[in-house]
Amino acid sequence: MTATTAGKREAVEARNPIQWGNPVAYVVAAITIVLMLAPVAFIILSGFRTNSQITTDPAGLPGPWEIGNYLAVLTGDIFWREVGNSLIAAVATTAGVVILGLMASYVLARYKFKGRGALYALFAAGLMFPMTVAITPLYIVVKNLGLMNSLVGVILPQIAFALPTTIIILVPFLRAIPDEIQEAAFMDGASRLGFFWRMVLPLSLPGVITTGILAFIGSWNSYLLPLFILNDESTFTLPLGVQAFSSQYSVDTARVLAFTALSMIPALIFFSVFERRIVGGLTGAVKG
Amino acid sequence: MTVRESAVPRPPQSDLLAAGGSAATLPPSPRKARADWRGRLEIALMVGPAMAMFLAFVIFPVVMAAYYGFFSWQGFGIPTQFVGFRNYITILQDPTFQEALAHNGIIVVLSLLLQGPAAILLALLLNRKLRGQSLIRVLIFVPYVISEVVVGTGWTLILSTNGGLNGFLEKIGLGAFTQDWLADPSIAIWTLMLIITWKYVGFAVILFLAGLQGIPEELSEAAAIDGASWWQIQRRITLPLLGPTLRIWAFLSIIGSLQLFDLVYIIWGQYVSSTAGTSTMAIYMVTNGRNAGNYGYGNAVAVVLFLISLVVALIYQRFVLRRDTEGALTGEGKSR
Repeated sequence: MTATTAGKREAVEARNPIQWGNPVAYVVAAITIVLMLAPVAFIILSGFRTNSQITTDPAGLPGPWEIGNYLAVLTGDIFWREVGNSLIAAVATTAGVVILGLMASYVLARYKFKGRGALYALFAAGLMFPMTVAITPLYIVVKNLGLMNSLVGVILPQIAFALPTTIIILVPFLRAIPDEIQEAAFMDGASRLGFFWRMVLPLSLPGVITTGILAFIGSWNSYLLPLFILNDESTFTLPLGVQAFSSQYSVDTARVLAFTALSMIPALIFFSVFERRIVGGLTGAVKG
Repeated sequence: MTVRESAVPRPPQSDLLAAGGSAATLPPSPRKARADWRGRLEIALMVGPAMAMFLAFVIFPVVMAAYYGFFSWQGFGIPTQFVGFRNYITILQDPTFQEALAHNGIIVVLSLLLQGPAAILLALLLNRKLRGQSLIRVLIFVPYVISEVVVGTGWTLILSTNGGLNGFLEKIGLGAFTQDWLADPSIAIWTLMLIITWKYVGFAVILFLAGLQGIPEELSEAAAIDGASWWQIQRRITLPLLGPTLRIWAFLSIIGSLQLFDLVYIIWGQYVSSTAGTSTMAIYMVTNGRNAGNYGYGNAVAVVLFLISLVVALIYQRFVLRRDTEGALTGEGKSR
């Protein structure tokens, strides 16, 4: 539905190629962007300054530019270990959510059986339980499973809590695959599982990618759960690391800023690569 | 059957569809019974793992929270000291909790009032033909993608008494406006609102833009031909049609405000947040539960937090979302 309107819009634009629109819109957009990016720029630029520069003039530009802070963070092993931990947690969470979510959504979308509606409602009800509410007992569950201080103890609950969103986004995608394709595949002797692998997976790829990205960013940024589960510094993910670093080196403001700046780069790169997919996915989630 | 299955990789659809022309014949009944049994096994195997994870890590902890909440329990072994509703009475009578609840209320209202109009305005502007539109969208969304911890740490350094903002104000000759942005209880909640708005307004803009794209352009074109101004078109056509998206956004924003934890805990911490007037229910829960080693009590707070969210959600559903619940969360129905 969105695709067709977008297509129409492009057609309209093609008819009037040069159309700059209202200057007010540009002014407002420019102000907004400055407001949005100024804090980010402050963090990145201040990382290039020395502590004495920051003390004498907190809002100045670097002069001379000092790359020692960034080098110290990049050559130390703390930052890279935490990037590694975050990466493991995010990749494993994403893989788990996508695989389990896709399997469950496939059944919920395309099998007819008693209790299907109830099953879907149960997963959807999961949206009502944000992790904040369940965190204390969740911590006890993880502790009793002996998964404290291990990334697995973070990954498994994250998968479980990402399932409702994933299923709600994927089910409409899978339901939209025309029945004719399925019937034809069965006629050709494909089993339902064979159909799943050969037809469903490629056709639902856009939805799968969207849910994957949402799960990845969610895991990359997650704070509360790692805060409860990971107490040993060697298992810290990046968010915990940033907080630990900023309290440990609270006097060395410049280095904290450099560490903070570096830790937002992976998410920013990831986001700018997949921006279209994220926005598209949210569109899908809102508009159905 | 297996032989033919292996022959399937045959992409052209027309081929498959042609074969489907003679489809409608039913398979003989013994095979159907077997297929039924197989179907059930498939359902179990496909939904089973997701359901197991979901029950173990979402439903079970939520149920246990309700159970633990009736005990005085330090988190070791099986809770034995049953205290009935005492935890709940203590929570509701604790002025610290009442303050936190009030802060959550303020955050809910101010989030809607600050982010809503700003996001609508931006989305309407960005929905017009604009050079570099996709770049602008990406940049507005940047704060939303950065983790709460990074945002919190960065803003702490900007807003501390000798931080970037005060330095900037002095530099441009507005030294009289420097403040203790974080610790002064009369402005700390506004500082929090500023950071929340900065972080989350991009999400609202993206949602609204998505909603705006679902509105057929013919409507505003027709109105423009009839002589309606841009502003009239937005007010009479676009905004009413954006209603479902606005209501869903408001719902997500309210629930998020009630559960707010990360930003406050990182910037203010559990002690400063209560003196600066920015503590929330979730902060109260972690402070008096896990950090105090009082797990029974912490679970009771979790239950209270959940029930408040649930009641708010149900009221909202009943009175606001009723018209368009179908379209939104379920992804079904009349989404336009």
